[in-house]
Amino acid sequence: MYTQTEIIKDTTVNGSEGELVINVGPQHPATHGVLHLVITLNGETIKKIEPHLGYIHRSIEKMCESLSYRQFIYVTSRMDYLSSHINNLGSAHCVEKGMQIEIPARAKVIRVLMSELTRIASHELWLGAMAMDLGAFTPFFYAFREREMINDIMEETCGARLTMNYMVPGGVMYDIHPDFQQKVKAFVKQFKEKVTEYDDLVTNNIIFQNRMKGVGILSKEDAVSYGCTGPVARGSGVSCDIRKIFPYEIYDTVAFDEVLETAGDSFARYMVRVREMHQSIRIIEQLIDNIPEGEYQAKTKAVLKLPKGEFYSRVETARGEFGVYIVSEGATTPYRIKFRSPGFSNLSALEHMAKGSKLGDLMATMGTLDLVIPDIDR
Amino acid sequence: MFLKEYISDVYNGVTSLLKGMRKTGYYFFHPKEIITQQYPENRATLNLPERFRGEVVMTHDEHNEHACTGCTACELACPNGTIKIITKFDVTPEGKKKKAIDTFIYHLELCTMCNLCIVACPTDAIKMAQNFEHSVFDRNKLTKKLNLPGSKIREGVE
Amino acid sequence: MFSLEGITNAIQNWLYNTFNPSWALVFECLIVILLATGLFAILGLVLVLMERKVAAHIQIRLGPNRVGPGGMFQTVADTLKLIMKEGLTPDLADKFLFNLAPFVVMIVAMLLLAPIAFARGFQIWDLNIGVLYVSAISSLSVIGILMAGWASNNKYSLLGAMRSGAQIVSYELSAGLSVLSIVVLSGSLQLSDIIASQENGWWLFKGHIPVIISFVIFIIAVTAETNRAPFDLAEAESELTAGFHTEYSGMRFALFFLAEYINIFIVCAIGATLFLGGWMPLHIGHWQAFNHIMDYIPSSIWFMGKTFFLIFLIMWFRWTFPRLRVDQLLNLEWKYLLPISMFNLILVTVIAILGWHF
Repeated sequence: MYTQTEIIKDTTVNGSEGELVINVGPQHPATHGVLHLVITLNGETIKKIEPHLGYIHRSIEKMCESLSYRQFIYVTSRMDYLSSHINNLGSAHCVEKGMQIEIPARAKVIRVLMSELTRIASHELWLGAMAMDLGAFTPFFYAFREREMINDIMEETCGARLTMNYMVPGGVMYDIHPDFQQKVKAFVKQFKEKVTEYDDLVTNNIIFQNRMKGVGILSKEDAVSYGCTGPVARGSGVSCDIRKIFPYEIYDTVAFDEVLETAGDSFARYMVRVREMHQSIRIIEQLIDNIPEGEYQAKTKAVLKLPKGEFYSRVETARGEFGVYIVSEGATTPYRIKFRSPGFSNLSALEHMAKGSKLGDLMATMGTLDLVIPDIDR
Repeated sequence: MFLKEYISDVYNGVTSLLKGMRKTGYYFFHPKEIITQQYPENRATLNLPERFRGEVVMTHDEHNEHACTGCTACELACPNGTIKIITKFDVTPEGKKKKAIDTFIYHLELCTMCNLCIVACPTDAIKMAQNFEHSVFDRNKLTKKLNLPGSKIREGVE
Repeated sequence: MFSLEGITNAIQNWLYNTFNPSWALVFECLIVILLATGLFAILGLVLVLMERKVAAHIQIRLGPNRVGPGGMFQTVADTLKLIMKEGLTPDLADKFLFNLAPFVVMIVAMLLLAPIAFARGFQIWDLNIGVLYVSAISSLSVIGILMAGWASNNKYSLLGAMRSGAQIVSYELSAGLSVLSIVVLSGSLQLSDIIASQENGWWLFKGHIPVIISFVIFIIAVTAETNRAPFDLAEAESELTAGFHTEYSGMRFALFFLAEYINIFIVCAIGATLFLGGWMPLHIGHWQAFNHIMDYIPSSIWFMGKTFFLIFLIMWFRWTFPRLRVDQLLNLEWKYLLPISMFNLILVTVIAILGWHF
């Protein structure tokens, strides 16, 4: 039992003279999960941020070592649950690389369509959650209305709304639902109509712009040295879109732009994501009427055995580069699996970005990092 | 010059705020835009897609026959140890011994609805049902026996 | 015609005829206490429900719809829950101040009720410095908030309380200046005089653009003064969890919650009285027939209608805008609202002196 004076003197709890140490998290409305930030404040100004991880560590990498190459894919949905399709795709991709399975053209197109729908759904949720971090509750519900349409499409074709497990080594689990194309078109139409609402409510709002512009600046050099990927790095002008640099599936044949902003502040990261949604819509519009006929899954053996060796594949999730590294000893289960998740590196830049700004700015900065804690903690 | 900037600042700020208020005001006065579904009341009209994964069930036809041969492919495919198949040996009329299932145990509490068992099943004996209301007061009730009492394998399923 | 004035006069006459004057006064006080407390309870329930319904409809939801028809008794159920909850006091809190703070906030809200004219002749205390009284008392609520923030011995609470202090002290200025413009036009600090001066039209319409500007400034300033979004920095949910009342639970939390809504009601009632004519029906210049028809609507309905319109406006703000940062909040006040309202006050004074208003 501490006495009051002991607590006041304890510098790890209260900081040294003129400092205030507050714990944001593990239970806090702004951390979207169980992230724990120990923040040292001087008045309202942030002096130091120390992220504490481990609250949702499930040792997914170790779990995957005891699962076969077909089974471990479903676990990856539980990491970055908002872009679970793309995580599954990355894992399936790595297995296919090792087995040298050729995927049918139809499966490739379906995979890309699903990835882009997932990306839009993830960015929609981020948009709402970030507006909520800044105190505006209403955009959250408007964003969810559109996200719900994507979830319905996913539910119809994949059978689940969040953790789909639709990508399997060799293609996709099912063929698309007969209503798929029509529903996606309806979604694209509604999205284009309603996207102006976000501009009115969020993007052009003077309060929002003042909260975002010039806040949490990350320079190009720092973005590279912290290993940031995805919209966080692209907001600082680092060209790092895996879909452009190392095209997988059919990304080299569709026309889309890599979204780059140079300001490096929170507003730049915000704009990257908003513009990325439009690029995803562009990809979907190109592909939705051009799904080739044919098999949706390649013929594979019942038991997959990767040859001895090391395999790495990477995909661009909604948050950045997701890498899967498999070491195989030639058995039915991997010897070692390592996931490179985008959130971890992006979080590491938080202290650099938020140092010296106000406590309210931290929420704006953290919101634009788009953290998914199970992705960081695995 | 300073005054002009100041006034345009105020004007732009106020108009941007009014635009946002127009949007939210539009939704306030248009209750038709409400997207809430009133869940327990709309149970009758609730339409779940056929592929929706709610729980694993074993299909039985009107003669109380199923298609499960007890090959344990689903048990092997399951990442979580959700399925446990206990087999027995039936004696056919010709006097041959034949492997058949005794009990198909399904642990709903361990299931992640990954659909791998359905894909693995060679005879389409099991499928995903659309039921998603799984709450029970006792955890033991989540461990289910999927083959109905007295059921047997359908003729011709190997 | 239905009038509350007749009822109050009848009661007063009966009391003074039946008892000696000092006892009659005591009974009158008791009736006022009962009415005020009852009004508080009802207002709290209605406003919280209204807030949730407005929020829901703006957010394309239905809102509370389970308890009672259309969710009418939702807030009653919530209150029952809060009454039954344990009111925790943190171990190292300053117990006396911690327990006192919700009551201070509540008492301030109750004091503000005194000069408000709910209907024609239905007013608790028509004191001759009504406007001054309101602005003086409303700035006292910051004491309760600071008390709560300090006594909780919680860093979030302390930050919230400090923010609230800076906020209320600065926004008090522009709220006061915009109120002054009406005082200048009507030439009185007494609320009943101000209402009477709007007999032939509300100040919002009579006073040209300067009064509209001061009305807008008044609405912004009182939104900030009552710690409502977009100025809810004192409780800034995503930053400080619940700000100054993080440690409060049970009925003590309910008192803070209630006081917030009562404060909104009161500032909106003041706004309605000053700018929209209080209980005065909508009168337009010399349209005798129109004015006569408007007179048939009871004055209490006019007052409540205007007040609830302003409350709706403030709720609309809350569910549309993001929160400001603490330095931007002060920038807005000192760089924009205060200079504009000072300049505006000069304009209003010129209008009043030259008699340009209608």
